[in-house]
Amino acid sequence: MIIQDRMRVTGQREIAKNIFEMKLTGKLVGEINSPGQFVHIRVSDSFEPLLRRPISIASIDNKANEMTIIYRAEGRGTQLLSMKKEGDMVDVLGPLGNGFPVGETPPGETAILIGGGIGVPPLYELSKQLTAKGVNCIHVLGYQTADVSFYEEEFTRLGETYIATVDGTKGRAGFVTDVMETIGDGFTTYYSCGPMPMLNAVQTAYIGKKGFLSFEQRMGCGIGACFACVCETTEKTDKEYIKVCSDGPVFPAGVVSI
Amino acid sequence: MFGWTSISSRGGVDMNRLAVELPGLQLKNPIMPASGCFGFGKEYGNLYDLSMLGAIMIKATTLDKRFGNPTPRVAETASGMLNAIGLQNPGLQGVMENELPWLEQYDVPIIANVAGTETADYVEVAKTISTAPNVKALELNISCPNVKCGGITFGTDPQQAHDLTAAVKEVSEVPVYVKLSPNVTDIKEIAKAVEAGGADGITMINTLVGMRLDQKTGRPVIANITGGLSGPAVKPVAIKMVYEVSQVVQIPIIGMGGVSETADVIDFLSAGASAVAVGTANFVDPFICPKIIEELPSILDELGVEHISELVGRSHRL
Repeated sequence: MIIQDRMRVTGQREIAKNIFEMKLTGKLVGEINSPGQFVHIRVSDSFEPLLRRPISIASIDNKANEMTIIYRAEGRGTQLLSMKKEGDMVDVLGPLGNGFPVGETPPGETAILIGGGIGVPPLYELSKQLTAKGVNCIHVLGYQTADVSFYEEEFTRLGETYIATVDGTKGRAGFVTDVMETIGDGFTTYYSCGPMPMLNAVQTAYIGKKGFLSFEQRMGCGIGACFACVCETTEKTDKEYIKVCSDGPVFPAGVVSI
Repeated sequence: MFGWTSISSRGGVDMNRLAVELPGLQLKNPIMPASGCFGFGKEYGNLYDLSMLGAIMIKATTLDKRFGNPTPRVAETASGMLNAIGLQNPGLQGVMENELPWLEQYDVPIIANVAGTETADYVEVAKTISTAPNVKALELNISCPNVKCGGITFGTDPQQAHDLTAAVKEVSEVPVYVKLSPNVTDIKEIAKAVEAGGADGITMINTLVGMRLDQKTGRPVIANITGGLSGPAVKPVAIKMVYEVSQVVQIPIIGMGGVSETADVIDFLSAGASAVAVGTANFVDPFICPKIIEELPSILDELGVEHISELVGRSHRL
């Protein structure tokens, strides 16, 4: 169920250049039902900036009633968010949207998780849940440069992890697709989150394979009422359009017109 | 003109203070979500009981279904936002068969926003949608800035606004309110024209046309290039226009434009509106309508006012 919660900040640290990891506690955590869901955060108590900021959930800890979000402090809103200190209260709406289907990969089989930049975070909770049920996870993470890369160790603890940076300052020089070529297609399912051109490249490279993609789009309400984040669909679905916020953000590969 | 009386025989003692009667509408309270900011209610129905609202202004309905504009469709601005959704909706048939019947589970009057590109479209939608049992009034959308033809062209010419209102009045089974655009030289002229055309009420204001450019590329952020500005930034414009229009027409006004908290409702009533719609604020806080309704009685106490209608048009009194 979607709730509006005043969550308490339990941690905030810069884990890479302008990339922040924030921990929040509150009853909203108990409502999260799948990795890849997101929250809509009000960063100010005034009407400036006005709209909430949609941010994906990177990790949940049900015992501690705590969730971790990872975001890039880029615009005014996320910069304000990055100034929140431990103990501050934040107005959070969520959990929103439909996440990655963990059940689509049976135990003992292999899943490949491909993330780009600030699309990497939701794959962490996904990998935690997949590996916990016995799925072998391979991670391919792409970043612009080494100084904006994060969570290499965390992912490595869960499974084989490959890094690509556009400028070659870490891992392989190039894009995630360059790494994908070296891995082959010995996997059951692929899951991906990142910028639209990357999703398109991943989907094209793995045509015919079972895959799930998480999309990003400018949002208004985050709950499906304003029709801001609508995407056209392909003929693979009976819907003429989808709303990224409430029908997604995760869709089976091939459903959304990229 | 401020004779829109309370409904003293309805509801509990406390809520009586908020009840308002307008043509076609017995409102438990004067608060309703504005068209385009609430879909057809389903998403908010998951969050709270929609029966507590005064009314619901549903998303614009056109004769045929519309996909709307390309994305990006929204952009944030200083204390506001631009949108160019483009009247995406399932069309008259879809709204009649799916959306309105679903809303019947709630004890709340529906105000159906009717849009089109030519008079015949408006007339056909109005004729059919006004027969739905829970549609108690129409809101004629002659002010959408985000569609290429129709819409706002009716809202910027007094004669066209008059004639369209008269044509729709002729076929509608329920009272007709006309939603005015602020993108005109003199909104009073349009208001007088729709009143002469037979409008039962006015809703105002729709969004102000604006643009935002990308800092790096210099290109418009919104795919439609221009969008409609809403949010707290537009409130002073809306207040001024309600203040002016309420002094030149006899029909009631449902005021809107940047209403974000209870104090804004008081301002719109004081300016001359008889009820108030909440738009963009629903995106900022999906629970804002119930929160405002809950806060109103204590604000009336603070102001020393027994019934909310006593506030209507306070700004006009010397």
